[in-house]
Amino acid sequence: MKLLRIVPDDTKYPFMKWRRWSFPFSALISVISVVAFFTLGMNVGIDFRGGSLFEMQAKSGKADIAAIRAQVAGLNIGGAEIQAFGTDADVLVQVELQPDGEIGQKRVVDLMHSTFDKDFEIRRTETVGPRVSGELVRDGTIGVLLALVAITIYLWFRFEWEFAVGAMIATMHDLVLTIGFYAIARLHFDQTSIAAILTIVGYSLNDTVVIYDRIREMMRKYKRMSIGEMMDIAVNATLSRSVVTHVTVLLALIGLVIFGGEVIRGFSLAMLFGVVVGTYSSVFIAAPILIYLGVKVADVKTETVEPPARAKGASAAKAV
Amino acid sequence: MLRFSLYKTLAILLTCFFGAYLTLPNFLTREQIKAANGVFSIVPTGTIVLGLDLQGGAYVAFEVDKADLVKKEIETLRDDVRRILREAKVSISGGVGMQARGVQVRIPDDADRAKILPKLRELAQPILSGASSQPSMIVAEAGDKLVQLSLTDPGIEDKIRNAVDKARQVFEKRINPDGTLEASVQRQGSDRILVQAPGMTAEEIERRVGGIAKLEFKMVADPGANPAEVETLPSKDGGGQITVERRVLVQGEDLTGADSGFDQRTGEAVINFRFNQKGASQFARVTSDNIGKPFAIVLDGNVISAPVIRSAITGGQGQISGNFTLESATNLATQLRFGALPAKFTVVERRSVGAGLGQDAVEAGKLAALVATVLVVAFTIASYGILGTIAVIALIVNVVLIFGLMSLLHATLTLPGIAGIVLTVGVAVDSNVLVYERVREEQRLGRSAVAALDAGFSRAFATIMDANITTFIAGLVLFVMGSGTVKGFAVTLCLGIVTTVFTAFTLTRLITAWWYRWSKPKTILA
Repeated sequence: MKLLRIVPDDTKYPFMKWRRWSFPFSALISVISVVAFFTLGMNVGIDFRGGSLFEMQAKSGKADIAAIRAQVAGLNIGGAEIQAFGTDADVLVQVELQPDGEIGQKRVVDLMHSTFDKDFEIRRTETVGPRVSGELVRDGTIGVLLALVAITIYLWFRFEWEFAVGAMIATMHDLVLTIGFYAIARLHFDQTSIAAILTIVGYSLNDTVVIYDRIREMMRKYKRMSIGEMMDIAVNATLSRSVVTHVTVLLALIGLVIFGGEVIRGFSLAMLFGVVVGTYSSVFIAAPILIYLGVKVADVKTETVEPPARAKGASAAKAV
Repeated sequence: MLRFSLYKTLAILLTCFFGAYLTLPNFLTREQIKAANGVFSIVPTGTIVLGLDLQGGAYVAFEVDKADLVKKEIETLRDDVRRILREAKVSISGGVGMQARGVQVRIPDDADRAKILPKLRELAQPILSGASSQPSMIVAEAGDKLVQLSLTDPGIEDKIRNAVDKARQVFEKRINPDGTLEASVQRQGSDRILVQAPGMTAEEIERRVGGIAKLEFKMVADPGANPAEVETLPSKDGGGQITVERRVLVQGEDLTGADSGFDQRTGEAVINFRFNQKGASQFARVTSDNIGKPFAIVLDGNVISAPVIRSAITGGQGQISGNFTLESATNLATQLRFGALPAKFTVVERRSVGAGLGQDAVEAGKLAALVATVLVVAFTIASYGILGTIAVIALIVNVVLIFGLMSLLHATLTLPGIAGIVLTVGVAVDSNVLVYERVREEQRLGRSAVAALDAGFSRAFATIMDANITTFIAGLVLFVMGSGTVKGFAVTLCLGIVTTVFTAFTLTRLITAWWYRWSKPKTILA
């Protein structure tokens, strides 16, 4: 059987040279992301700002969004966002937090039922009070920071500090871009977004770690080679793996985006974006940034060099 | 690297079979499991729990109204202080004044004040927190002949904790009076109670929990009554307000039972109740003394009805009517039967999903998983041929192990959780890819097939660990900090990483070794 090969053997792409283009490019889209964050803002869901949400399905099979908008406006419950949600029949209504707290939230729920129960099935109801939303924001922020710190500490133990710093820079790059994606794509930013962000951080680092592992291995092996050359070889050597792995992850995510349903579509889309960005940043940011961080071949501890693979393999085989 | 002892081989295979075995209860009904476990428990009983977003149901978080609770505590304190002063026959100037955190009282006589202070101090209780203990209240002279009693922060926290603990038990009985539902009532943090109930809506949970349900019987005040002894309460029966005496004749604590039923004459839904001995005799005395006068049935400060006493009620039984539906009468009867809540609670978060939407989510999740798996399997086999097939076998075992572990842990599967499994399907192949690509490289460097396989597995080891640990850390944090359905994602993500690493280092290697010994290829992955 002829095997599928996306990346041929022995590629020699000058990745380090391309940093002249990739760094300004990344800087540009990072700036765009930050600008989008501050101008467009995040489309924050009720998890983080409080309020109520209703997913409803028209009994007739076709929901008239304009009519719903007019009806909701007539309820005198403040700002509401009404959007199609998947099929023609499904609508998502989000209502802002009411000034009189829980009594108001309860009133919104009752009003929505009395207004729409006749023609719609209200399939999902959520209300989040101001204290709970505040806690969810706090927990989400602490969670992301905690994960970043814990991962940095792990990388710092496993690698030299320059690698940990490089990995963190690449991760921050991915985070900023993902936030920008949320702002520009107007995806709801809620609890599942925190899950998406943390997973993106995990996978982006997964890639970075694979390349870093190889760079370190090369540094131990070839003491005379220039650092740039060495990184090119390392990135090219892991290129096939990067591509194949990302194709499998992307295939899985495409399954989720297309068929996983409306509730997790935003989550799957963000993840899809994040995985692509994470791969890009591992190759074009995380690896070349090591040159700027001043990684020298001499920095890598030689005493931890592993024995030649064959000897180790043989001894391991005997041991069992 | 490619040689396995018999024990190791058996251990690996047994682990995989055990994982599959653990998923068994998910395919059986409860009766079938019971029947199979007749003499020996041979079938595990742990099943995966479907999250509320998949089976439909509601989640409501209630929070204790702290201000209300503190106010009640201060009222109790005021009554205690009054009682102590009265018993000691200490005279005071002015009344016992209520403040934000306690009460104060002016005792003009110095000797009286000195005498009463130790008695008042007895009201304070020590609150244990770890090794140290702090008083629940501070009793001190505030100058100008004033004595001040103020609750401390630990004292208030302790009251809140106790109230929430007691309320949790009451909640549980009100939600699930017959113990037949799969509802869960948990305390969350120090001041919240979380109710999760499959098959219910948030509104239904709220109606069942209801209010404090403090029931009081009071006389409706005569027009000329002393204004200090009466209060005006809103009436639920026909609207307006009714002035009643402050004095409580009989209260909810004296009830021994309450049930909903129908009034035989009007056909209206009513609540039938029974008093205990004390309540019954008191009620008999009051009703025989006041024939022809109206009395008020007060629930949480609202008059629900004010009937006229027609004859003395001596049997200790009665009936409450007041525009009830059968459901509201049943709920209120349940609330009265299991006692009042120690404080007011408000809803701070509610989420409900209809069963239809949950079913749709399950279908969507299944389809997405199926499509993703087919795509990944096809691509993996196209890329790596026989070795790709081995990776696919490992992948299937991987997913089976995730379900086995989830059954063992009684973990909850949510829609984001399904996404986590789908993601694992995409990522699990990575460990094989790392190995296979390394094998290819080693071969290009001139190693023989077996040496390349050896090197591939051993060199990819550290990388696979490092690469998975970063995601595992992120997943762990998400598990600890996340809430609701997101936690379900963290569970499958983390379990997926564990099973991926396990299969990569054991099963994949084992099958690869079998395959190599069987086919003895000259080159691999060419």
